[in-house]
Amino acid sequence: MADGAAPVLEVRGLKTVFRTRGGEIHAVNDVSFTLHPGELLGVVGESGSGKSVTMMSLLRLLPAPPADIRSGTAKLNGRDLLAMTDAELRATRGARVGFVFQDPMTSLNPVFTLGNQIMEPLIKHKGMTKRQAETRAVELLELVGIPDARRRLYQYPHQFSGGMRQRVMIAIALACDPDVLIADEPTTALDVTIQAQILELVKELRQKLGMAIIWITHDLGVIAGIADRVIVMYGGQVVEQAPVKELFANPQHPYTRALLQTIPRISGERSERLKVIEGQPPILTGPLTACPFRARCEYRHDACDATNPPRRAIDGQAVGEGHDVACHWYALAKVEMANA
Amino acid sequence: MLTFTLRRLLLAIPTLLVISLVIFLLVDLAPGSPLSQIPLTVPPDVRQKMIEALGADQPVMFRYVLWLRQFFWVEPMNLFDGWFGTHIVEGEQRILSWQSRSPVFSIIGERIPQTLIVIGTAYLVGILIALPIGIYSAYRQYSLFDQIGTLFAMIGFSVPTFFSGTLFIIIFSVWLGWLPTKYDTTLQVIDWASFLEQIKQMILPVMTLGLANAASISRYMRSSMLDNMGMDYVRTARAKGLSERVVVLKHVLRNSLIPVVTVIALGIPSIFGGAIITENLFGVNGIGAALIGAIQASDIPMVQTLAFIFAVLIVLFNLIADVLYGFLDPRIRYD
Repeated sequence: MADGAAPVLEVRGLKTVFRTRGGEIHAVNDVSFTLHPGELLGVVGESGSGKSVTMMSLLRLLPAPPADIRSGTAKLNGRDLLAMTDAELRATRGARVGFVFQDPMTSLNPVFTLGNQIMEPLIKHKGMTKRQAETRAVELLELVGIPDARRRLYQYPHQFSGGMRQRVMIAIALACDPDVLIADEPTTALDVTIQAQILELVKELRQKLGMAIIWITHDLGVIAGIADRVIVMYGGQVVEQAPVKELFANPQHPYTRALLQTIPRISGERSERLKVIEGQPPILTGPLTACPFRARCEYRHDACDATNPPRRAIDGQAVGEGHDVACHWYALAKVEMANA
Repeated sequence: MLTFTLRRLLLAIPTLLVISLVIFLLVDLAPGSPLSQIPLTVPPDVRQKMIEALGADQPVMFRYVLWLRQFFWVEPMNLFDGWFGTHIVEGEQRILSWQSRSPVFSIIGERIPQTLIVIGTAYLVGILIALPIGIYSAYRQYSLFDQIGTLFAMIGFSVPTFFSGTLFIIIFSVWLGWLPTKYDTTLQVIDWASFLEQIKQMILPVMTLGLANAASISRYMRSSMLDNMGMDYVRTARAKGLSERVVVLKHVLRNSLIPVVTVIALGIPSIFGGAIITENLFGVNGIGAALIGAIQASDIPMVQTLAFIFAVLIVLFNLIADVLYGFLDPRIRYD
């Protein structure tokens, strides 16, 4: 996928700050990543690591104030989302970029029929008539695997189960054939069997429709199953980025390593207790001047307190293309290896 | 929905019977006599005869049952006779006011138009002012507009109508001389000039009551909008690329209106109840004024009948509010 084709989405130096009464919270710090056509990019990190805020910043979906996008560019097919006028942005939301949110139980409007809610973007962006939009809505519902779609069109969200509602959300996000689908923990609120069904559905849709997908999750198991490439976020910044196989085989950042050790395994003996990462995630009240993970890191070094490590490529490719990591320990280890 | 409505209507019958008995006993327990307004120079034996003539010396239960029969049979049938020219209850005793000896329902029929026109308009005006203010205040929470709206609502809440009404009279009638101080009940609207006259005399009472109504409804609207503004489905609507207008006036408003409509429906009986203070202040000869007059004269049939009609309206509009809720919110099903 990283074969030089123009990226569909290119985010550079994104910074988002929340202005609160107690001061500023630096939720997203200099995040950069690229998304290639047809690629599935997994974004992992624990709660508060800035995954969702990053993605919502792209479409300016955060309430402002308090949210303030300080700097950065986010080029969708070459056009900067963050520099668009409100009207241009509205023409992009739902049309070029589809969004699926975490909780399907509350993400649909309870007082309108599903048909109404699916048809809205079609009428708005595609200029369809009601009749055309209705036909398309039935197709979409069938596409996401909802049986008896025509009858279901006139039903309300409360008449659907959680899994079915998430299918509907996906149908809405896909309504206008977007270039990018952003899925913000779409399976977190669902039980495990439904989760598996939704994952299968997304895999299938990806093959059929070929859009690029950003999949936010805190579940590495999910990522292993569907992603092409993964970025790991911590403290509002990208700490490691690699193709999915490389990341699982050769994790470099101490945080990524620790995360991988927290996955329970079914095989093998249950002699050890499940590992946890000790300590709390950082409170981001100011710009990062040191490594955000240092307080929880077993490889902590003087350099970690002095500066925030930049992302360094470790396999010769450009940062953001191959495998890169933001860690002083990695850099120091490399120097030692060179000296030995 | 139909079964629910019918079941509720059937349940309303015992409820209303109990309410009517309680009202009757309470009114009867109250001190005072229907003759307390008659001069003391009238000799006691004449007073006694007058009381007997009114039927006021009968036992309370007897009077209650008689009233029930009159309210539920004689009065509706009397109306029926009037409409269709039949003679079903001809010559039957109707509920008579002890004050005026005329049928209570005739008095109500004379008074209700004034009340509905003035108080009803005030309610309507209150709603029409309150909804946009509530919506915009919530959309721009803590903005200058919201602050002014809050101040306005606080004034409307806290200033009693006898004060604001008097203030309006002083400003608009006494100082500026634009509007009449009194509402003239005898004014007949027959042409353009008298229509304007009617509008002019309605402005002050409508403004006084409208302010109080708008204050509370705008607060309901605002808080209901705020409750919904932060919901996930609003973010979904924005993520679909819908304009702010559609997001706020379709997605948020439709959800926010559900509780507000209920509150508005529950407030309608109070229109029929009249606004005792406002009606008295501006001389609107409506139901509220009639009720006060009846209470002062210990006119038990009048008080009883009016209080009971309010009770019926309250029960009825509670039901209407529930049914409306079911229509507005697809999640609510009563079957």
